[in-house]
Amino acid sequence: MQTAAKPPVANDLMGWLTSGALALGAVIAIIVASKATTTPMMVHTFIMAAAFIAGIVGIMNLNMRLKAGHYDAPSPSGVHYNEGVVKAGVIASMFWGIAGFVAGLYIALELAFPALNFDLSFLNFGRLRPLHTSAVIFAFGGNVLIATSFYAVQRTCKTRLAGEVAPWFVFWGYQLFIVLAATGYLMGITQGKEYAEPEWYTDLWLTIVWVVYLLTFLATLWKRKEPHIYVANWFYLAFIVTIAMLHIVNNLSVPVSIYGAKSYSLFAGVQDALTQWWYGHNAVGFFLTAGFLAIMYYFVPKRAERPVYSYRLSIIHFWALIFLYIWAGPHHLHYTALPDWAQTLGMTFSIMLWMPSWGGMINGLMTLSGAWDKLRTDPVLRMLVVSVAFYGMSTFEGPLMSIKAVNSLSHYTDWTVGHVHSGALGWVGYVSFGALYCLVPWLWKRERLYSLKLVDLHFWVSTIGILLYITAMWVSGIMQGLMWRAYNELGFLENSFVETVEAMHPYYVIRAVGGLLFVLGAIIMAYNLWRTAKGDLAEPISVHSPAATPAE
Amino acid sequence: MATPERDEISGVETTGHEWDGIKELNNPLPRWWLWTLYVTIIWAVIYMIFMPAWPLISDHTKGILGYSQRAAVEEQLDKVRMERAAKGEQLVNASLADIQSNPDLLQFAMAGGKAAFGDNCAGCHGSGAAGAPGYPNLNDDDWIWGGTLEDIHVTLLYGIRAMHDDTRLSDMPAFLKDEILEKEQISTLVTYVQSLSDPSIAAPAGGAELYDENCASCHMDDGKGNTELGSPNLTDGIWLYGGDRASIAETISYSRMGVMPNWDGRLDPATIKSLAIYVHSLGGGQ
Repeated sequence: MQTAAKPPVANDLMGWLTSGALALGAVIAIIVASKATTTPMMVHTFIMAAAFIAGIVGIMNLNMRLKAGHYDAPSPSGVHYNEGVVKAGVIASMFWGIAGFVAGLYIALELAFPALNFDLSFLNFGRLRPLHTSAVIFAFGGNVLIATSFYAVQRTCKTRLAGEVAPWFVFWGYQLFIVLAATGYLMGITQGKEYAEPEWYTDLWLTIVWVVYLLTFLATLWKRKEPHIYVANWFYLAFIVTIAMLHIVNNLSVPVSIYGAKSYSLFAGVQDALTQWWYGHNAVGFFLTAGFLAIMYYFVPKRAERPVYSYRLSIIHFWALIFLYIWAGPHHLHYTALPDWAQTLGMTFSIMLWMPSWGGMINGLMTLSGAWDKLRTDPVLRMLVVSVAFYGMSTFEGPLMSIKAVNSLSHYTDWTVGHVHSGALGWVGYVSFGALYCLVPWLWKRERLYSLKLVDLHFWVSTIGILLYITAMWVSGIMQGLMWRAYNELGFLENSFVETVEAMHPYYVIRAVGGLLFVLGAIIMAYNLWRTAKGDLAEPISVHSPAATPAE
Repeated sequence: MATPERDEISGVETTGHEWDGIKELNNPLPRWWLWTLYVTIIWAVIYMIFMPAWPLISDHTKGILGYSQRAAVEEQLDKVRMERAAKGEQLVNASLADIQSNPDLLQFAMAGGKAAFGDNCAGCHGSGAAGAPGYPNLNDDDWIWGGTLEDIHVTLLYGIRAMHDDTRLSDMPAFLKDEILEKEQISTLVTYVQSLSDPSIAAPAGGAELYDENCASCHMDDGKGNTELGSPNLTDGIWLYGGDRASIAETISYSRMGVMPNWDGRLDPATIKSLAIYVHSLGGGQ
């Protein structure tokens, strides 16, 4: 089924409409800037105005280039895929990834050596911590998701991405969101909701960008040339739709003034806490799980050159995951003012979530059956498979920690931090790295990566880093929990809080070493990808090279 | 439909679809996976029957066990209170001297004092009570407001320059800021004050006169201070804010006005007494 190559055309109407909207946005931003009540608000509105004006120039340039015939050549199957925006997403992912990992390393060092904040407000742990979490989750993870979804949806639908302006609007609009969020944290702007720290105007901007993302994705699915929708696209769609819902509800708030950054949440007290953790838990569920499972479902079978293990399992675990995940949030609020019944709900649904989560692991690992030998020769595939193994471990540990008896020990300790990072570094990090290692040679039309040996080095350096990180946090977390609850025979607490902090010091140092190794791995990767894009080759093609070996 | 396509390696049927080269096998759900899913669902249902689970219009189902987290916490707290109650009452009623002479009560007060110190005092005085600039060392025998059990108890109860009517209060003037002395005079005074504790520094000319006029009324003629007034001893080489020239000049020029909170009304009387016993035992109690 070869379709005739239909070259992309510039849509002047959309170009003018978007430019008009951006111009209006720039005018509003400048008005707000002129009356801004605080310096950070003024800085932010100027950044927005500048970005909007740059956007108008970008749209004009894009349409001119399209009219002049500057677009990617058709693929062998005859489709003009939009690869430019995916390339931009790959570069942004690598950039924000390293920025976010370095921020994480720095705050890990601050926990071990608090003097490193140098008494500077913007280096304070309280400001750098959301900078780290937002940089790795939303800037790195978000860009990986946008880039891979834009790539996979085109290929699996055998059609060009819908719209010409829209995909670029999503990409650059999302970068603007990241810049507003990050600079806001450094200047002290926060609404104090974990993983949803940006204030109302940044939230509104992200909402616009996200809706355009959803429409672009849906429109691409709509014009697909395949009769069925591939499983990766179900997961991408679930991720995009649910994140929109979570983001809008949790950020409902009333600004004090449109000239200032401060706003007040619509929710208060325990309702606020429950809404926040409904959001927070499902950000993990639909951003870091469903979204990255989509990546797994496209890149693992592609790289292994094997069919997905079970279609039936993919359907059942998809719907079970979607249905069960959304109720599990209350397990973040065990032993708080949250009513008993809601805690029961959160805990039982977390337990039932175990197998639906593992369905993805089974489908990922079993897809390798018949191709296990490739793990020896292809470090990229090994990275993808180890990511699925970390996914399996974290999604077992999660339900375990949601059990109230376990949670009474683990909650508020470093165990939680270790759990999050086994998922974040092991699962999200590795599946993203695997996808990026696949994408760069594909997008820049290179035969293969610059160096598989460097991928191997990256794999081992960062795997040792992850293991140091999570074992240090397990030990310190459990020790912390036990120290907090230790009573002496006269009925008094055995340890003061500051003594437990002191006891954590060696583990905080080990954790920082683990983080350093992870950062080094990412730098090795960035170098390797850069050389690949340049078209360099470090090693001669050998029989072991996966590109040269046909599937057995 | 034509004969389903089979995967060559596994021999399993595919679903017949293909996306960008990706196919899907038509494997059934792994049995162990399915049964484990069923077991977790059954377990969840049983848990919901026994525990509070379903919201109703103005209440929720209590479950067969009728568990309530608030009741469970109350129970645990009651247990701890019961354990401590008898001895706690003895502590409240006994005098500080009586507590010290009763080994059983002393052990209880020391344990309670140590726990309370870690969470309330260590933040400023350090977990080993060695203090820090601005926060007195509680291990030595230099006491600004007195180091007897009773003195320490009063300091703990009412604090220093704290929000309490009975708080301990001393008010050293800021000699430069309040324009009482000139910079030159303060410089002379710094040398003189240093000479009180350091034999290698000679008393400067005019230093004694300045000291007598401005300092002696509180710090006493011999510079040994007065615990009644809260005026530190200047002759022992122990400095709360540092003994170098710059620190002493800063103290004389602008005064310091350190604050310790009152614990009366924040901690219960038995805990405050325990803290007095504990702090007194640290090495410097008089």
